Amino acid sequence: MNALRIGIDVGGTNTDAVVVDDSGTVVAATKAATTPDPFDGIRAALQRVVAGVDTSAITQAMLGTTHPANAIIQRRDLGRVGVLRIAAPSSLAVRPGAAWPQDLLDVVHGPSAIIGGGFEYDGTEIARLDVEAVRKFTARCAGEVSAIAITSPFSPASPDHELRAAKIIAEELGPDFPVSLSHQVGALGLLERENATTLNASLLGVAERVVLGFHSALAGHGLSVASYLTQNDGTLMTAEEAVRFPILTVGSGPTNSMRGAGALAGLTDALVIDVGGTSSDVGILVDGFPRESSAAVEVGGVRTNFRMPDLISIGLGGGTVVRPGPDGPRIGPDSVGYRVVDEALVRGGQTLTLSDISVRAGRLAGFGDADRLSEVDPSMVSAALAWVDERIQVMCERMKASRSELPLIAVGGGSHLVPDTVPGVSEVLRPEHYSVANAFGAAIAEASGAVDRVYRYEPKGREACLEEARALARAAAERAGADPCRLRITSVHEVPLSYLPGKTCRVQVKAAGPLAGTAR
Amino acid sequence: MREEERMWELTIADLDDLTLGATLLGTGGGGDPYIARLMARQAIEDFGPVRVVTPSELPRDARVLTVAVIGAPTVIIEKVPSGTEFVAAVRALARHLGDEPAAIQPIEVGGMNTLVPIAVAAELGVPVVDADGMRRAFPQIEMTVFTLGGIPAAPMSVADEKGNLVVFEATNNLLAERLARSTVITLGLANAISCYPLTAGQVLEHGISGSMTYCVQLGARLAAVRRGEPGAYQEFLRFAQAREFFSGKIVDIDRHTTDGFARGTVTVEHFADPDRTMRIEIQNELLLAFEGDRPVITAPDLICMLDHEDASPITTETLAYGQRVDVIGMPCAPEWHRDGMLELVGPRAFGYDIDYVPLGGVAR
Repeated sequence: MNALRIGIDVGGTNTDAVVVDDSGTVVAATKAATTPDPFDGIRAALQRVVAGVDTSAITQAMLGTTHPANAIIQRRDLGRVGVLRIAAPSSLAVRPGAAWPQDLLDVVHGPSAIIGGGFEYDGTEIARLDVEAVRKFTARCAGEVSAIAITSPFSPASPDHELRAAKIIAEELGPDFPVSLSHQVGALGLLERENATTLNASLLGVAERVVLGFHSALAGHGLSVASYLTQNDGTLMTAEEAVRFPILTVGSGPTNSMRGAGALAGLTDALVIDVGGTSSDVGILVDGFPRESSAAVEVGGVRTNFRMPDLISIGLGGGTVVRPGPDGPRIGPDSVGYRVVDEALVRGGQTLTLSDISVRAGRLAGFGDADRLSEVDPSMVSAALAWVDERIQVMCERMKASRSELPLIAVGGGSHLVPDTVPGVSEVLRPEHYSVANAFGAAIAEASGAVDRVYRYEPKGREACLEEARALARAAAERAGADPCRLRITSVHEVPLSYLPGKTCRVQVKAAGPLAGTAR
Repeated sequence: MREEERMWELTIADLDDLTLGATLLGTGGGGDPYIARLMARQAIEDFGPVRVVTPSELPRDARVLTVAVIGAPTVIIEKVPSGTEFVAAVRALARHLGDEPAAIQPIEVGGMNTLVPIAVAAELGVPVVDADGMRRAFPQIEMTVFTLGGIPAAPMSVADEKGNLVVFEATNNLLAERLARSTVITLGLANAISCYPLTAGQVLEHGISGSMTYCVQLGARLAAVRRGEPGAYQEFLRFAQAREFFSGKIVDIDRHTTDGFARGTVTVEHFADPDRTMRIEIQNELLLAFEGDRPVITAPDLICMLDHEDASPITTETLAYGQRVDVIGMPCAPEWHRDGMLELVGPRAFGYDIDYVPLGGVAR
């Protein structure tokens, strides 16, 4: 029997859901409005998408959600965190929480301390772990915070002091007291990793509610299946893991959309444009994954060191408002957004939008009554279309890595605006189910594992060190649920450390593969 | 705008402009000033404001000591400085010399070492001198206008955060660099150094005066570009006497380590004309830019790379395939243009057999 998977994406406007079979074919797809309590929307989407599907064949459910990201941005439901840095006598010159926005700092930061311990780049101790200081700090936190975040230098390679401190906290506050350890959350870059770990600890309550809600929605349909959340890099973590590492989900939206677009179109290397009601994002898929931005990423005003997709966004969407002007039409930047379905002229509304232009030009059919547009001046239509086409061409040009032509995959509710030919683009693809690319991206996501540590290439040699890093990344991906037979290395990044003998390099390796137990 | 002949007090807003200017003058290297800015801010919060003085405002024989981070940027982002190591390095050198510092000075205005002296000056309660030895970042200690002026880099001190400390003498500045470097490898690759002990008179005669003020003003103009103010880009180029040489996409990055340098080559393909490429050689900093085979910007003039979209300066560690960049050439500080410059910091000093291509600037 063909096993089925459910993918759900909770966006700002819509909650999308798809059911996908083993071969990656969409069996059912639906859209529901996102509700103030997102689980009403999830329940509604789920109900519609499983109607007529053999629910006993469903084995897995994947959720992509902006819920934790919104909690940070809106400073809502965040827990208070004790912040412990094990690094003294190093790193005293910058305190925990430096450069945080004051309002977020006030909500999230409880007691903080920098205590003795941590490791050098070569694995020797900076200082012995100050066990007494851990106990004192724990006593300060008792009853004051809902979780503790622990960070120490080079812990991605040498986690020992973080693990020992966590054990002491468990002795003092009980084994269930939530603790986030930086080596499990982030990569090299102490302050950014500490920030991410602190945000993670403050999101634990939010994450628990998300996962409980997800499970209760599934259970409401009699679905007892393995459940996963998608993370920033487009890969999966189990729901159990997501409860412990919610920060890893905050950037999953655009990644799901791009990976979903690529999979729907059957391409691993392509430009992707996602046109919504208000704005468009262009990104690029390389080997099936979005190319990552090299800039530091801020989450709610806090600098973290996650890699996010490299995207260009502009205000061009189906709801973008078009006005006559002395030198031709003025387009945007304002938009009626998802209200385009009521406010566009073609739908009997009062606002000329890019969707109206698209209908009038024949790019969009079946959206309202085209006769309502008879008053719209044809020169206005051609000028607006020229503007749209030029913006899309420029975005694609800017995103491309070389002069070679790539296909462009157009997804999203406003993708009718994308012309059939774009200079510099080999072809424009409009895959079926393009409007639920996000949910599809969640449904087809794979498990992954990553390694980020400093290697000394001599005397073992570069290749031996890289092989070790690849093996560690593969093992991590396998622990995350990937099928060991279908694992592949998705990225290898080496940065030499200046001045150091023995060819010392920072090595970052990522591995990913389909979940074990899936046919594809 | 500030009058360069007057003492001024650093504000938090200055710190932002200074950081942006320092990132640009780092020409891709010099360490990410982000951490150093946080250090400077914490020190000002803890110890009070910092004054910036011109060398001429100090008595001629007043003792000026430099202070800087020395190590590997990749280690420094993980093992953030303690603060104590910098003060320890300065105090150790002062003890060795037998006098107290009247002021602290950056060795390089470019990269994170632009901001570290501010933190130390705050803690010691002395001013920062508005001058330095590079007005950009260079990878080695001897690469200063002080060396051109015959000023010894040693005695110098190197300190770590645990209380380990080395003070040494050296017979020439290149050897001083090597001694410091081997000490740093032993002490964990993220250390403090104090070197080039000077008098205010020597700073006036041999140093690059006004470089802190210049850096703040440069940063303020770049900030205006980043905010998208009309005409700001032209004003930024005018102020820096700079020119845009190339705009395109990074199509290749080749990294390798040799002789302790982080070396690499980055290739940029022109937006408008894909047959045009610019190749930039990296040794910690962006050193040489070639269009085709022709060198167009060479050390010690500055090669700066800006993000094409938001005009933020790009450091070599964040270079990425597909990035869209503008490459800008800026003439080095005029104080560099004297005998010995090319031997010390010209293309051949870095092992490239090509001639220096002057971008302008006034010979001294």
